[in-house]
Amino acid sequence: MVPTNYYLLLSAILFGLGIVAFVFKRNIITIFMAIELMLNAVNLAFVAFSQALGRPDGEVFVLFVIIVAAAEAAVGLGIIILTARNRRSLNVENVNLLKL
Amino acid sequence: MPILEHLWIIPLLPLLGSAINGLLGWKWPNKIVHSVALSATGLSFLCAVEAVREFVANGQQTFRREFFDWIVAGNFRAGYDLQFDQLTVVMVLVVTGVGFLIHIYSTGYMAHEEGYYRFFCYLNLFMFFMLTLILAANYVLLFVGWEGVGLCSYLLVGFYFLKKSATNAGNKAFIVNRIGDFGFMLGMFLLFRTFHTLDFTAIFARAGPLPSEAMGQFGVLTVACILLFVGATGKSAQIPLYVWLPDAMEGPTPVSALIHAATMVTAGVYVVARSHVLYLHAPTAMYIVAIIGCATAFFAATIGLVQSDIKKVLAYSTVSQLGYMFLGCGVGAFSAGIFHLMTHAFFKALLFLSAGSVIHAMGGEQDMWKMGGLASKIKITFWCMLFGTIAITGFFPFAAFFSKDAILFAAFNSENGGKALYAVGLLAAVLTSFYMFRLIWLTFFGAKRYDEHHVHVHESPLNMTIPLMILAFLSLTGGWFALPALLGGKDYFSEFLAPVLGSGEIAGLENAHNLELTLSGVAMLAAIIGLVVAWRMYAKDVKEGKSEGLHKLLYNKYYVDELYHAVVVGPLIWISRNVLWKVVDVGVIDGTVNGIASGTTAAGDTVRRQQSGNTRSYAVWVLVGALLVFAIIFWPILRPALFGGVW
Amino acid sequence: MSAELVIFFVLAGIAVFGAVNLIVQRHPIHSALSLIVVMVALAGLYLLMGAEFVAAVQIIVYGGAIMVLFIFVIMLLNAGEEERTNFSKLALYAGIPLAVAVTGLIAASMVGSKAAAALPAAAPDTLTSTRALSTLLFTEFVYPFELTSFLILVAILGAIVLAQREN
Repeated sequence: MVPTNYYLLLSAILFGLGIVAFVFKRNIITIFMAIELMLNAVNLAFVAFSQALGRPDGEVFVLFVIIVAAAEAAVGLGIIILTARNRRSLNVENVNLLKL
Repeated sequence: MPILEHLWIIPLLPLLGSAINGLLGWKWPNKIVHSVALSATGLSFLCAVEAVREFVANGQQTFRREFFDWIVAGNFRAGYDLQFDQLTVVMVLVVTGVGFLIHIYSTGYMAHEEGYYRFFCYLNLFMFFMLTLILAANYVLLFVGWEGVGLCSYLLVGFYFLKKSATNAGNKAFIVNRIGDFGFMLGMFLLFRTFHTLDFTAIFARAGPLPSEAMGQFGVLTVACILLFVGATGKSAQIPLYVWLPDAMEGPTPVSALIHAATMVTAGVYVVARSHVLYLHAPTAMYIVAIIGCATAFFAATIGLVQSDIKKVLAYSTVSQLGYMFLGCGVGAFSAGIFHLMTHAFFKALLFLSAGSVIHAMGGEQDMWKMGGLASKIKITFWCMLFGTIAITGFFPFAAFFSKDAILFAAFNSENGGKALYAVGLLAAVLTSFYMFRLIWLTFFGAKRYDEHHVHVHESPLNMTIPLMILAFLSLTGGWFALPALLGGKDYFSEFLAPVLGSGEIAGLENAHNLELTLSGVAMLAAIIGLVVAWRMYAKDVKEGKSEGLHKLLYNKYYVDELYHAVVVGPLIWISRNVLWKVVDVGVIDGTVNGIASGTTAAGDTVRRQQSGNTRSYAVWVLVGALLVFAIIFWPILRPALFGGVW
Repeated sequence: MSAELVIFFVLAGIAVFGAVNLIVQRHPIHSALSLIVVMVALAGLYLLMGAEFVAAVQIIVYGGAIMVLFIFVIMLLNAGEEERTNFSKLALYAGIPLAVAVTGLIAASMVGSKAAAALPAAAPDTLTSTRALSTLLFTEFVYPFELTSFLILVAILGAIVLAQREN
C-alpha cells in the first residue's frame, strides 16, 4: 500500500528535474523533451489523486493531457524544424535576433 | 433721467470710449478717434454735472447704491457699490472737467504722433479707473481703481515705447507704485480684520464711537492708517516713494498734466481725506502724515530750484504741492487739503499744458537753458503760464492764496510743533515762488538762447490754447469759494464739505480771524521775496554755470535714485540673478524636471536589460512568473504547510 | 515492506534515473531514449495504481507516437552533441535555486497540506474499469473530447503547413 504522498512527492521531483533540464539544456529539442517530462509528472499526480479519491475523473484528464501533448508535439516539432533550417543551428542561444 | 440711479454710467462712458478706440481705432483717421474719446469724456462730465445737480436737489443727502455683488465670501461682501457725497462732488467735477479739457488739448498736441488712437484709448481707460476710484463705496473697489490708474500711468508714461528711457520710466512708476500698494493692501487687511467689512459707511460707523488712540501708541487704527498712507506715498509721490514722478515726465505732456498733476497723484490725498474718521482716531498716524507732507514739500522744492528741464521743475513742484495737501490733512484740516487739491488741479494742469505749448512751439525742446525771450512770440501761452505761476505762488486773489493759506494756518495752530511745520511750509512757499518765477524768466525773458534757423517758434493752435485759457480762468477764480471768509464771512468750500469732512475749525482760538489774515499777509510776503530774488538772478541775460557743491547735490536730486539703486535695486538684482535664477530656477526646478526625466531614462535603461534577446533567460523569467502565480494562488495551503504545518 | 512499496521504489528510481540522465546526456538522442525510459516507468506506476487504460495509452501514444516523432526529428535535423555556450548569466545562476523553489513549493502544497493529509491511501487492488472511464469521457466530458479531436485536426494541418518545402 503506497501512500498517495509518495506519488505526489515523486511527481514534484520529476517536475523539478524537468525544470532543471528546461533551464540548463541548450538544444531546442532537448528543451522540448523537458516540457514533455513536466507534463508526465503532472499526469502522475493526476492519476495518484484519481486513485486516492476513487473517481475516474483524474484519469480522463490524463487522457486529455496526452492528447494535447501529442498535438503540441506535432506542431512544436514542425516549428523546430523551421527554426533549425532558418538559424542553421539547434542551439537555442542562437535564436537571438531580438538581442540588441 | 435720474443719473444717480445709474451712477455707473459716469465711469462706463470712458470705458466704452477706450474699448472702441482700442479695438477699432487703429484704422481710423484722427478725427474719428478723438471724436469718440472726447464725446465719451464730455458726456461723462455732463453726467457728472447732472449728478451733482440731483444731489443738491435732494438736499445733499449722501447717495449710496449697491449695483451688483462682486465678492461674497461668508460674511464678507464687497460689491460694485458707488456712493455720492460732497467729497465726491468735488472730486468728480475736477476729474471729469479737467480731464475733458486735457482731452481737447491732446487733440492738438498729439496730432502728429504715431499711435494717436492708442493714446486716447489709454487716456479714456485712465478716466474710467479714476472715476471708479472716486465713486467707490468700499476700499476694495477703490483699490481696483487705484491699481487701474497705476496701470494706465505705466501705459502712458511708456507711450513712446521705442525709447528705452520711456519704458524704464514706465516700469519705475509701476514698480514703485506697487510697493506703496503693498502697504495699502496690508492696511486693508488690517481694517478687514478689525471691522470685518471694507465698506466705507460701515467702517466709519463702527470706528466713530471707538476711543481715540494716544499719541505714540501704535494701536490697530494707527497702524492701519500708516499702512494706507504708505500706499498714498506711492501713489501721490511723497517721501520715500516719490522717485517715479520726475522720471514719469518721459510721457507726453498731456499725460503729465492729467495723471501726474491733476488726478492720479491726488488719489492718495483723497484716500486720506475719505478715511479721515480713522485718522482722527490715530493722532500718531496724522502726525506722521503731516511731517512727511511738510518734509516732502520742502525737499522737493529744493530740488526744483536748479533743474533745467522745464517739465522736471513742474514735476518737483507737483511733489512739493502734494506735500502741502498731506500737511493739511495731517494737521486735521482735511477740507483745506481737498481745497488745495482742487486749486492745484487747475493751476498745475495749466502749467503743464502751457509747458507743453512751449515745448510744441520750440519743436520739442525742453531744456530751459535753450529757450529765452519767448514772451513776445507766444503771447497766449506766456500769459496762461504767468497766470498759473501767480496762482501757484499764492498771490491774492488767485486760487492758491486761499488754499495754501488755509493749510498753513491750520499747521500753525496744530499741536506738537505746529509752528515748526508752519515755518518749514512757509520756507517751501518762498522756494516755490523762486523756482516758478525762475522758470518764467528763463523761458520767456532774456536773450534768445536758441538758433532761430532751426527752431520756428509758433503759437499753438486753438484746440490747445482754449483749454489753457479756461484753466487760467479757473486758476484765478477757483479759490473764490473761500473769499467771503477773508472778509469775516463763511468759507463756502469747507462748509460744503463739512458734512463729510467735519468742520476743521479750531475751537477756542482767540482772534482766529485776525491771525489768519496776518498769516496770509506773511505768505504773500514770502511769495514776493521769491519773486524778487528770481528776478535779480534770472531776469537779465544769464548763462548756465558750472554745477558744483550744493548746486550739484540739488541738481542730482540728492543722489536718492543712486542710493535706492545701491541699497534696494542692486541687491535685488543680485539675488534674482544668483539665487533665484541660478539656484532655484536652474538648479531646483529645472533640476527636478530634468531629474525626473533622467531618472525615468535610467530606470528604463535598467529595466531594459531584462529584455536580453536570450531565450534561456526568458525561460527563467517565465519560471519566476509561474512561481509567483503559484505562490499567490496556493497561499492558503502553503502558509500552514511552510510555516507550521504537517512538516 | 510490502511488495507494492518495493515495486514503487524501483519504478520511481528508474523514473528519476531516467530524468537525471536526460539532463546529463549531451546528445539529444540519448536524452530522448532516457525520456522513453521515464515514460515506461511511469506507465508501470500507473499500472501499480490500477489505471490500466491510462498505462496503455501512455505507452502507445506517448512512447509509441510522440517519442518516435521526436526521434524522427532528431535524425532529420542531424542533431549533434550540444554546444557548451553559456550566454545567459541569469539562467546559470538562477536556474538551480528556482528549480528547488518550485519543487519545494509544489511538494509543500501537495504533500504538506491538511487536505493532502486527509487523503486516504489507495485501496489495494482497485482497478479503474475502462467502462467507467469511457462512460465519463462520453457523457460528462464529451464536449472537451470533441474539442480535442478538432485540436488534433488543427495540429495536423499546422504541421503540414509548417513543414512544407518552399516552392
